[in-house]
Amino acid sequence: MIHMTINNQKVAVEDGSTILEAARKLKIRIPTLCHLDLHDIRMVNRGASCRVCVVEVEGRRNLAPSCSTPVMEGMVVTTNSLRCIQARRTIIELFLSNHPKDCLVCEKSLGCELQALAAEYHIRSIRYQGERATHPIDVSSRAIIRNMDKCIMCRRCETMCNEVQTVHVLSAINRGFDTYIAASMNMPMNESTCVFCGQCVAVCPTAALTEVSHIDNVWNALNDKNKIVVVQTAPAVRVALGEEFGEEPGTIVTGKMVAALRRLGFDKVFDTDFAADLTIMEEATEFIHRLKHGGKLPILTSCCPGWVKFFEHQFNDMLDIPSTSKSPHEMFGAIAKSYYAEKMGIPPQNICVVSVMPCLAKKYEAARPELSQDGLQNVDEVITTRELARMLKEANIDLMQLEDEDYDDPLGESTGASVIFGTTGGVIEAALRTAYEWLTNETLKKVEFHDLRGFDGIKEAVIKINDMDVKIAVAHGLGNARTLLENIREGKADYHGIEIMACPGGCIGGGGQPYHHGDINVIKKRMEGIYKEDKDKKLRKSHENPYIKKLYEEYLGEPYGERAHELLHTHYVKRKKM
Amino acid sequence: MSNVRMHLLVCGGTGCTSSDSLKLLDHLNESIKQHGLSEEVEVVVTGCFGFCEKGPIIKVYPDGVFYVSVKPEDAEDIVTEHIIKGRQIDRLLFTDPHGKGKLEGQKDLPFYKKQIRIALRNCGFIDPENIHESLAADGYKALGKCLTELTPDEVIDTVVQSGLRGRGGGGFPTGLKWKYTRKSKSKEKYIICNADEGDPGAFMDRSILEGDPHSVLEAMAIAGYAIGAEHGYIYIRAEYPLAIHRLVVAIDQARELGLLGEDILGTGFNFDIELRYGAGAFVCGEETALIHSIEGDRGEPFTKPPFPAESGVWNQPTCVNNVETLANISPIFLKGADWFRSIGTEKSPGTKVFALAGKVNNVGLVEVPMGITLREVIFNIGGGIKNNKKFKAVQTGGPSGGCITEEYLDIPIDYETLGSIGSMMGSGGMIVMDEDNCMVDIAKFYLEFTVDESCGKCTPCRIGNKRMFEIMVNIAKGKGTEQDLSDLRELGEIIKDTSLCGLGQTAPNPVLSTMKYFQDEYRAHVIEKRCPAGVCQDLLIYHILPDKCVGCTACARVCPVPCISGEVKKVHEIDQELCIKCGACFAKCKFNAIEKR
Repeated sequence: MIHMTINNQKVAVEDGSTILEAARKLKIRIPTLCHLDLHDIRMVNRGASCRVCVVEVEGRRNLAPSCSTPVMEGMVVTTNSLRCIQARRTIIELFLSNHPKDCLVCEKSLGCELQALAAEYHIRSIRYQGERATHPIDVSSRAIIRNMDKCIMCRRCETMCNEVQTVHVLSAINRGFDTYIAASMNMPMNESTCVFCGQCVAVCPTAALTEVSHIDNVWNALNDKNKIVVVQTAPAVRVALGEEFGEEPGTIVTGKMVAALRRLGFDKVFDTDFAADLTIMEEATEFIHRLKHGGKLPILTSCCPGWVKFFEHQFNDMLDIPSTSKSPHEMFGAIAKSYYAEKMGIPPQNICVVSVMPCLAKKYEAARPELSQDGLQNVDEVITTRELARMLKEANIDLMQLEDEDYDDPLGESTGASVIFGTTGGVIEAALRTAYEWLTNETLKKVEFHDLRGFDGIKEAVIKINDMDVKIAVAHGLGNARTLLENIREGKADYHGIEIMACPGGCIGGGGQPYHHGDINVIKKRMEGIYKEDKDKKLRKSHENPYIKKLYEEYLGEPYGERAHELLHTHYVKRKKM
Repeated sequence: MSNVRMHLLVCGGTGCTSSDSLKLLDHLNESIKQHGLSEEVEVVVTGCFGFCEKGPIIKVYPDGVFYVSVKPEDAEDIVTEHIIKGRQIDRLLFTDPHGKGKLEGQKDLPFYKKQIRIALRNCGFIDPENIHESLAADGYKALGKCLTELTPDEVIDTVVQSGLRGRGGGGFPTGLKWKYTRKSKSKEKYIICNADEGDPGAFMDRSILEGDPHSVLEAMAIAGYAIGAEHGYIYIRAEYPLAIHRLVVAIDQARELGLLGEDILGTGFNFDIELRYGAGAFVCGEETALIHSIEGDRGEPFTKPPFPAESGVWNQPTCVNNVETLANISPIFLKGADWFRSIGTEKSPGTKVFALAGKVNNVGLVEVPMGITLREVIFNIGGGIKNNKKFKAVQTGGPSGGCITEEYLDIPIDYETLGSIGSMMGSGGMIVMDEDNCMVDIAKFYLEFTVDESCGKCTPCRIGNKRMFEIMVNIAKGKGTEQDLSDLRELGEIIKDTSLCGLGQTAPNPVLSTMKYFQDEYRAHVIEKRCPAGVCQDLLIYHILPDKCVGCTACARVCPVPCISGEVKKVHEIDQELCIKCGACFAKCKFNAIEKR
């Protein structure tokens, strides 16, 4: 242990701690801006570039960045001297001198960490005025807007993109005052190898990185009398939406969300969970088919569009191993515009499918040309959890005041298996619940696969099914995915099935979720919420969903059959590596 | 050397080669061949002699005659007169500015009199592309001694005892750096030679690498042996093609002789060196940025600790030493740590190479014992101020150093003293300014350099220095206010206090030190809107003196606006509203009829 003094208070901390960590132990607040420590997902941005967290260290010539200065025995630190405060004020003023300062109309207003810091330090004038760096706004992609005028060079996005996700798209270019973050080769985002996971957006402290909003499109659709607007909600949304209305992370607001969506004017409120059950029907069948017929193994889950684009770029020599099943919300769209449309007698072109997703890549995915039927995209609009909250606020709907309501039939019924799609490990656990029963013709008593749960980057489990050891692996975060895939490519791994989610924690940590502002517990609590929702469900296996059974009986025929192939399966494209 | 009766040492440094010394070399060789002297006379291309002001330079051995400002046309005379007839050529000798006539030998020149050449010992003496010349000048002897007679700890102790400090600017004791790197436990360790010399006007590292590359290779091998590294990198800027060429040749030759590579001198010690090219970013001279650049990452500094001695290139313990530091190593082993300590001052033993530049008569590279005064360097070695102008200030320490005024000219040059008066040793740039230099303009120039060279990582350097520069531009334009002066001071101090690396921490120095010593000049710009030195263009007024103007119209014809009116043979006039202050008329007027205020 290292003994030291901060603001005249003594503290003992572990060797290797930083001054910032030691101060937190004493509940002494030191403001930070670029610093971000999401230890559990190996996202540690400790570049010490913003210099907001500087403190005085006795015997040191200059101020020390507390976020990256290791503690030393006998160290004497002052965090709130006039020297520190003046330095911080000046740093904030310098940031503001190179910032648009359009806070009133800014996308991130009241959610911006720079704005909060300026308020905390009561900045009321900016002494140093001068040139403001301006860059064209990159609106080239379907998912992410990059407005580098608002960038404060904290480099969190860069750390996330390169070190955690290993996508290697974002990095700083130029130097000095002209430095800014660009996509690789300074290409527009849509031409880069960005997979639109949105994790850069999730960690951006300002509005330099934001999502492409589809709110206006959704309002217009709702206002169009000729359109039947059906909405579906992803599993991870229900445990995060409440945060935007002051609730604790992980609070389950499913019923209130359904009520709120009806208040917004959606004609039908359905559930992506229904389609998640459908996905399991297809994926589990495909898995069993490959197992029995010596097909390509391991099978990889394909629900995550960020992950799909990642392997299309980085592992395009292995395009035959992912499952061909479309992602749940795309399956939903395909069914809504075929089965449901026929059943209700609505021309499919009059149906507008809106997805509420925790995800930015879904915005990009919805526009993929192959995810369409007869010239109609399966999904028309995708809004994020954050955008839904914004719409509710615009419509003055106070979510938490609403009474719970149920989803509409027939595409609203779901099982616990589909709910856990929202967290890492959930898809493969759901698939196992079904595959086990189908392969053994026995009832699975213990439906929870605890080896597949939790925050470890790569999780492994061996499941005994009949006389076979089925080897399963789960990765969340694309860096972990890359490790797994490289092992497979090099023949070092012999898994049968692998689940991969691009975002740390799975969809609950998606790029479209309410901002966690660097608190990993937010994502952990959402995970607890997801498993609670599963536990509380009467039906916990996808193949038990009565409406799913009915769908196959009435319309699709066999899982993995001809009709299913036409509507529910897709193919992958070889994309450039860089 | 035995079968040749005479050697002509021709400077092949970058300065002299750009003054045609290579053409001179061709002419010499041709003429020697024509006169059938090829067996008797050998022409050797050496590294820099240092006296760049008077290049190209030829030194004749064995008679020691030192020719300056030699042109290719002079080759024939040197051969026919000096070599054949034995008559030295008076017109090519250095003329003493103080009326002592022509000076014959190198040692007679005031430029060399006070110099002690340790790091530059072989520059201008050996052919850097021939390892045998280096060996003849005791090259690799120290390595042999270290490998066969001393343990690594004894090697480190010797360097510690010598008191050698880093010559790249920081002045950190080299022996301690080696010791710390040796202490770090790891299988792989690295020694890096920092040859990313970037200070404007500084070229000592380039000259050493061009003139005596083996001294650096040898020292790296010694350092490798001492710290336990088998691999060395030389990080050199790609704009130094000649130095790179000579290093490549030297490394090949050393490998061929078994002085680099496996089992050096049969001692079982393996050590090899790779070159890494820098793309010319100034900040890559900072050791953590340099390490990232070697690794292929963006050249950005990172916070220390951990220091490179614990975790450097490829996260392994790494020792980064500057070229000049390394060039001092082998003499320490050959002549002893005590000998080294006997030169210089107690806290700063040895010598320092300075690149003397600016308004001084003898521009060039000088190696002087620490503790020598600035006055001796500028007025004795440097020969005083050009055109008999008045000395105003000397800037040491490169773009982040400070400006030193006349009152401090007699202080001894060492790390601590320079630091105590707001400047620094830096890598050894020394730029002399005279009364025609505006200190606001000078400070603005240096700040512009650091603003341009900032990596952009930390806020105070990226935005703060830019804001300071903008204020300086305003002041130079006559738009400055007194508030600006206090803002500059406050912002400058905070930038120094909060920046991540040495570049940002020292960037405000030129502004802060000139504000301190030349306050009147700043106030003249801000309050009187006047540039006393007549440099800041926007504050100048060009005015035609009616009693001197003869109406030749030359000024009106050269004016690009045009804003000068007047009939032939009548007094002309400048329209101040239109004048863009380009100074073309001032330069053109033969009658001194245009006044600059």
